[in-house]
Amino acid sequence: MTRRLKEVDAVLVGMGWTGSIMARELSRAGLSVVGLERGQDRKPADAFALPGIRDELRYALRQELMLDPAVQTVTLRHDDSQIAQPVRRFGSFLPGDGVGGMGTHWNGQTYRFLPSDHKLRSHLSQRYGAKAIPEDMMIADWPIGYDELEGHYARFEALCGISGKAGNIRGEIQEGGNPFEGWRSGEYPNKPLKSSQGGVLFAAAAKSLGYHPFPSPAANASNPYTNPEGVKLGGCQYCGHCERFGCEADAKASPQTTLLPVLAKDPRVEIRDLAYVSKLNYDRKAKRITSVTYVDLRTGEELEQPAGLVILSAWVFGNTHLMLHSGIGTAYDAKTGKGTVGRNYCYQINSGAQLFLENEELNPFMGTGALGMVIDDFNGDNFDHSGLGFFGGGYVTLNTLGARPISFRPVPPGTPAWGKEWKAATAKWYRHGATISVQGSNYASRGNHLDLDPTYRDPLGRPLLRMTYNFTDNDRKMSAFVTGKAAEIAKAMGAQHVGVRARSGDFDVVPYQTSHNTGGTPMGSDPHTSVVNRYLQSWDAHNLFVLGSSVFPQNAGYNPTGAVGALAYWAADAIVGKYLKNPSALIPA
Amino acid sequence: MSDAIQRRQFLIGAGGATLAAAVPPAAPAAETPLLSAPSQPAAPQQAAGDSFQILSAAEAAFLGAVADTMIPADGLSPSGSDCGVVVYIDRQLAGAYGAGSRIYTAGPFQPPQRGTGWQSPLPPLGFFRAGIAAADHWCVATYGHSLDHLDEAGRIVALKAMEKGEASFQGIASKLFFVELLQLVMEGFFSDPIYGGNRDKASWRMVGYPGLPATYREKIEAWRGKRYEQDPQSIADFS
Ligand SMILES: Cc1cc2nc3c(=O)[nH]c(=O)nc-3n(C[C@H](O)[C@H](O)[C@H](O)COP(=O)(O)OP(=O)(O)OC[C@H]3O[C@@H](n4cnc5c(N)ncnc54)[C@H](O)[C@@H]3O)c2cc1C
Repeated sequence: MTRRLKEVDAVLVGMGWTGSIMARELSRAGLSVVGLERGQDRKPADAFALPGIRDELRYALRQELMLDPAVQTVTLRHDDSQIAQPVRRFGSFLPGDGVGGMGTHWNGQTYRFLPSDHKLRSHLSQRYGAKAIPEDMMIADWPIGYDELEGHYARFEALCGISGKAGNIRGEIQEGGNPFEGWRSGEYPNKPLKSSQGGVLFAAAAKSLGYHPFPSPAANASNPYTNPEGVKLGGCQYCGHCERFGCEADAKASPQTTLLPVLAKDPRVEIRDLAYVSKLNYDRKAKRITSVTYVDLRTGEELEQPAGLVILSAWVFGNTHLMLHSGIGTAYDAKTGKGTVGRNYCYQINSGAQLFLENEELNPFMGTGALGMVIDDFNGDNFDHSGLGFFGGGYVTLNTLGARPISFRPVPPGTPAWGKEWKAATAKWYRHGATISVQGSNYASRGNHLDLDPTYRDPLGRPLLRMTYNFTDNDRKMSAFVTGKAAEIAKAMGAQHVGVRARSGDFDVVPYQTSHNTGGTPMGSDPHTSVVNRYLQSWDAHNLFVLGSSVFPQNAGYNPTGAVGALAYWAADAIVGKYLKNPSALIPA
Repeated sequence: MSDAIQRRQFLIGAGGATLAAAVPPAAPAAETPLLSAPSQPAAPQQAAGDSFQILSAAEAAFLGAVADTMIPADGLSPSGSDCGVVVYIDRQLAGAYGAGSRIYTAGPFQPPQRGTGWQSPLPPLGFFRAGIAAADHWCVATYGHSLDHLDEAGRIVALKAMEKGEASFQGIASKLFFVELLQLVMEGFFSDPIYGGNRDKASWRMVGYPGLPATYREKIEAWRGKRYEQDPQSIADFS
């Protein structure tokens, strides 16, 4: 039988970036906090140590730090005429698992969204007329303006010690930064990383074309840094093993290197790892969650943890799945457009142009997860979309992320994949190949959504989450356009060969694209089209707050975590400053 | 370059020259045997002394022929099997990977739809066993010989047919099998040598990947635009 535990003030489901931030803020306000995390609590000094952490097969290919699909996965179909099949192996996206979550093995490219991304529908309506927005494009304004969130963006950047160059300080454009970005209250906490040769060449070519290159904002500390929590980050070693790896130098900002050391010493916070939450127990009448049920994966025992406040910080799949499975709110129905949970599921439309520079020594193995030069000229609505036939865009960047050889083996287009000719080309070009990539927006579409699968189940006996998702014409056109700009820069760099790969065809779960999945529990001002209000409070359960990119109404042309971190601080402020004083709906439904 | 590699390249280079004499005919004709039996068993065998945990002799011979065709010996590196690729595959298939770790295995099963990836009811060990059997069966039916008994030109033709999905295997899509096979071979060639492949860090030397410890904080600027070289080091060098 289920064993009922003593009630605590707050329980969190998932201990990645968002769970760690919220645990800290709630404890700071004096609450007793329990964090339940499905995966293990790894000790970085031991688990991420040299030499073993430099093992590409183990971490990048076999995905040791990531979620095992046998524990939880999703099913996929492209549209509702198909029968979904389970994603049996993770490929295109890599969900996290364990204390620290995806932040353990992320790259650290830490952006803010544009002010216009915060009010996308009204911005585009104003500029192009409301009729210009296709009917099935379900884009929405954020219920939080950029100005309101600026301080929270800054707070997350300070926590991480982001290395970068501001482009707009209180309205004044700064040389060398991103002139398109929203205003900042100050400079980045750490100076930019040292550029790679590829970055230098990209920046020069982009400038020659009239664009505005700036260094990628990086959660890889260019210099040792002590954050406002008093936690010390080391200086980045440029080892080229961020993406999919833990950091042995404590230089990549992660929950482990910024917050968990504080939480470990905090008597009010208890983190229970190997605690797999199966359900939120919902009192529909009282509109509150009374407790959460979880399985202790060490023993198999089922436990019930009552709490006054419940935080969903289980990432996109976990958040949406738990709400659907627990019957909170109404599931979205793509046919009628009614219901909200599972709505606005989006991804990121990534693409690139591979380039080959015969006479340049690129030393591609010297890199970091967020080392790059970037232009934002073709992101969001930074350029005129009149007559283009699509909305959205993406940043264009030459990143030098490392050159781990199982996966990094650039060869010019047309080279065979094996045999003598392949070998010669691989040996010739390994040091001379680079990719200019596009981080493209993905705007919500009526048909793309999440719900529960009718057939497949997880090890706890629950239906799997079902993803109905495909790229739209808007996505493909946007990708063709912005990828064309990437190719133009590649040519201006003097490349002998350029391989252009815009996103086309159907979504495929095999090749890695990005782990920037968003939506499913969108935020908004109208309970008929959103799952949480502007404080990320559930419309259907006032003591439930939902964190992470699942609250995005659509995805912008940026990596999500800058915004995700800012929103976690924003929600924490609302809980501490408003909700705790009067636990009820902060906005009447 | 180490003595061991030089020696090996010399030996293999000599073998490669005889193989190169058997010039490939242009296109495969599916029904008629393409090549007559080679006058000598031309396929390179696994490097002397390799022994296997789980592969049968026929499976090892097939994989050796694949590895050496995908990664032929030349001045850039020894052959795939001399680099330990077959040993790597053996160890992978004998271990957690082969047993199906990190795969969602619940049914029902259907052949993969576009975009959904791996849908095999078999774990990788079973999948490769079935695939190798189907590939060899097809090779014998099409060319009169198992893959390892074709000469190099014949093996290239056979692998290309699989790569394009033009080889009609019984029960398994040849293209799907080929994609998985190519991946394992490349992993064996390029992964850290602790897994049994990439002997003497041959592939890392070939491309100029320095390996460990990869601490470039003081180097990235100093070597910007200049070729940085280092005798590659692997995990075992630090253990
Ligand atoms: C390889 C990779 C590279 C990335 N690079 C970047 C980048 O450069 N820039 C960027 O902005 N973003 C990047 N991301 C994305 C970024 O890591 C995430 O946006 C961010 O970490 C999400 O934080 P979160 O707290 O919302 O979710 P997570 O960090 O995923 O945390 C959620 C936690 O909840 C746990 N959980 C889920 N369900 C349950 C349950 N039922 N019971 C108990 N626990 C549960 C999970 O195990 C997990 O630990 C990258 C991601 C990956 C995988």
